Amino acid sequence: MSNIAVLPILIPLVAGIITIFFHKKIKAVRFFAKLVTLLNLGVAVWIGYYVIQNGTVVLETGDWVAPYGIVMVADRLAIFLVITTNIIATACVFFAQHSLSLKQEQFYFYTFYFLLITGVSGAFLTGDLFNLFVFYEVLLMASYGLVILGGERVQLRESLKYVLLNLFSSMLFVTTVAFLYSVVGTINMAQIAQRVQEVEQTGILTTIGIVLFFVFATKGAIFPLYFWLPKSYIVPNTVVSALFGALLTKVGIYSILRTFTLMFTNDTGVTHELFIWLAALSMLFGVIGALSTNNIKLIIAYNIIPAVGFMLMGIGLLNDAGISGSVYYLIHDMIIKAALFLMVGALAYLAGTSDLTKMKGMIHHYPLLGWMFFIGSLVLAGIPPFSGFIGKLLLLRGGIEEERFVIVVIGLLTSLLILLSMMRIFMRGFWGEKPDIKVQPKQARKLMMPAVFLLTLSIILGIGAEWFYPHVDTITTELLDQGSYIDSVLKE
Amino acid sequence: MEIIMAVLAGLLFATAIYNLLQKQILRIIIGTVLLSHGAHLFILTMGKLKRGDPPIIVEGAGPFTDPLPQALILTSIVISFGVTSFLLVLAYRASTLNKTDNMEELRGSEHE
Amino acid sequence: MRTNDLIFRTTTSLIAFILLGFSFYLLLAGHNAPGGGFIGGLMTAAAILLMYMAYGFEAIRKIIPVNFKMVIPTGLFIAVLTGIGSFVFDQPFLSQTYGHFHLPILGDVELATAMIFDLGVYLTVVGVTLTIMLTIANDS
Repeated sequence: MSNIAVLPILIPLVAGIITIFFHKKIKAVRFFAKLVTLLNLGVAVWIGYYVIQNGTVVLETGDWVAPYGIVMVADRLAIFLVITTNIIATACVFFAQHSLSLKQEQFYFYTFYFLLITGVSGAFLTGDLFNLFVFYEVLLMASYGLVILGGERVQLRESLKYVLLNLFSSMLFVTTVAFLYSVVGTINMAQIAQRVQEVEQTGILTTIGIVLFFVFATKGAIFPLYFWLPKSYIVPNTVVSALFGALLTKVGIYSILRTFTLMFTNDTGVTHELFIWLAALSMLFGVIGALSTNNIKLIIAYNIIPAVGFMLMGIGLLNDAGISGSVYYLIHDMIIKAALFLMVGALAYLAGTSDLTKMKGMIHHYPLLGWMFFIGSLVLAGIPPFSGFIGKLLLLRGGIEEERFVIVVIGLLTSLLILLSMMRIFMRGFWGEKPDIKVQPKQARKLMMPAVFLLTLSIILGIGAEWFYPHVDTITTELLDQGSYIDSVLKE
Repeated sequence: MEIIMAVLAGLLFATAIYNLLQKQILRIIIGTVLLSHGAHLFILTMGKLKRGDPPIIVEGAGPFTDPLPQALILTSIVISFGVTSFLLVLAYRASTLNKTDNMEELRGSEHE
Repeated sequence: MRTNDLIFRTTTSLIAFILLGFSFYLLLAGHNAPGGGFIGGLMTAAAILLMYMAYGFEAIRKIIPVNFKMVIPTGLFIAVLTGIGSFVFDQPFLSQTYGHFHLPILGDVELATAMIFDLGVYLTVVGVTLTIMLTIANDS
């Protein structure tokens, strides 16, 4: 029965391989991709239900006992994130065929898409630090393929930088794992957590922790390592941007959340203090970036950075409210970022430009898109009763509990500025005189359906917080109590 | 022995960083290759060198080397092999399409 | 431009087959001795590449009419199926087993399921390496 933990990785992997065989028959591939994505979502939800009923599922691959072999750990946090990943994947797969050209679809889009899902789910589910690196590489390889989809001049140029940067941080990751192995003699996360408490020289552990943090910070786009993000996220197609914006940086944040609640908690005065300051800087610089540009895709891409800052703030606080705020915000942000990227992509497609100065009065032709975008902005900025508000409320409460008022003030200020940056799109793009452009209501409806789905979920997440919050609370308890994770993996 | 290997890995890292900071794409790729070599050598050193026989279990074998670093290196080599070959193709395509292999000229502007 | 590559061609015809034979040995030995699918695959790719260099692209494409792009998913599929096999027997994912079989001519042979996995890796590596090399080579 423990085998179910590997299903969310295996199903997309097999599907990705199968799509290579008949990648030219695009109608069949589309149907197959949608079917498998829905199946995978169903399986993920079922595993989630199983985990809630029976507790953490641990799979020891190849029948190697826990600290020696590679383990897959499906605890609540991991499986909730896998479910969210699959929800976004579902929305994106239904959006893809309207947004991509036929040539791009045939150039193995669905293969790379499935491999990306494999990598992301694997990174969430693995219980082994080196295996985490392997799944990072799987998702990065898929993302390389997706960035250059179309093979335009700008895409190749930007992807070159993206690949080089990620290659560098991956090698740093390997080196850090080797360092950690020489100190604690294991790469199983649970056993590392156990042995870290016995190591006498804590200084070296803090150093390793910080280096590991910078590896994850590169992937997660935390100040000062976010410079690569905005451009490489806007050059690919909209559906690819949505997948990247929703999933890739969140894997980095999840890794920080996991490693710095489980393993490196020995010197929180240095590590977690650093997180809080970097979180504050990420918020400020990200939102300034979002205000500085007139490119609508770039505005959303820059808005990833303050969101990452909010999640990092919760990890830095390391108290009940902070961690549950981070977890809640993580799930909320995955959904809303995907929705916003899809909406902005639809807007850019319908307006024929992504430059705000050349856009006006879109709401006359597309009222639904306009009001959806308005709600999306409110969700992102954290206006009650939407999901962003609950995440931010928890985070700010955590900050006040720890008496860190500077970060609380910066957080509130950032939320306001996020709202301003989003309202700029709304005011300049949607308000104004009626533009004389070609109206395509049929196309617009197709483009908006996935975003409607995601936005509805996001609203449910906010209004139904009463139902959802107990799960977040359990996740927080599990995260802050390292013993429960260690026990479930090592079975002592 | 470990010290020498650590120094060697450090030298590889230093050369790699120097190459990564160059402007020509090919030099940068050589830098990434050297970087991965340094990292692999580092893993090997971290697992302690010279502890005994190869980690293949046959009957009556004495003390054997830790097999884990070797498994890690193999995985890492495969991955860096894949990424490097992808990077070579990408660099080739990017330089032919952009008509330059100078990173300075590949910077790009705000409005595109 | 034709260069005088008589020595290269003559040695290739010899070396390529030694390489192919040895790479096949490495593939079969991999499950419990030094060797394996990755190294075997690289060696096969090297041998085929050597033949491409010696005899030219067109000649080899006639002799080996394989689309190397399709070799990649085939290999991956075999490797993943080996893992999935453990679902059927209700074992943890990627479990392996082995047994001794008496085959005609070869005698007593040890066969392991890890070998099928290795075969998948082998095909993938051959496919990836040759696809990348030939993509660059054919472009100019």
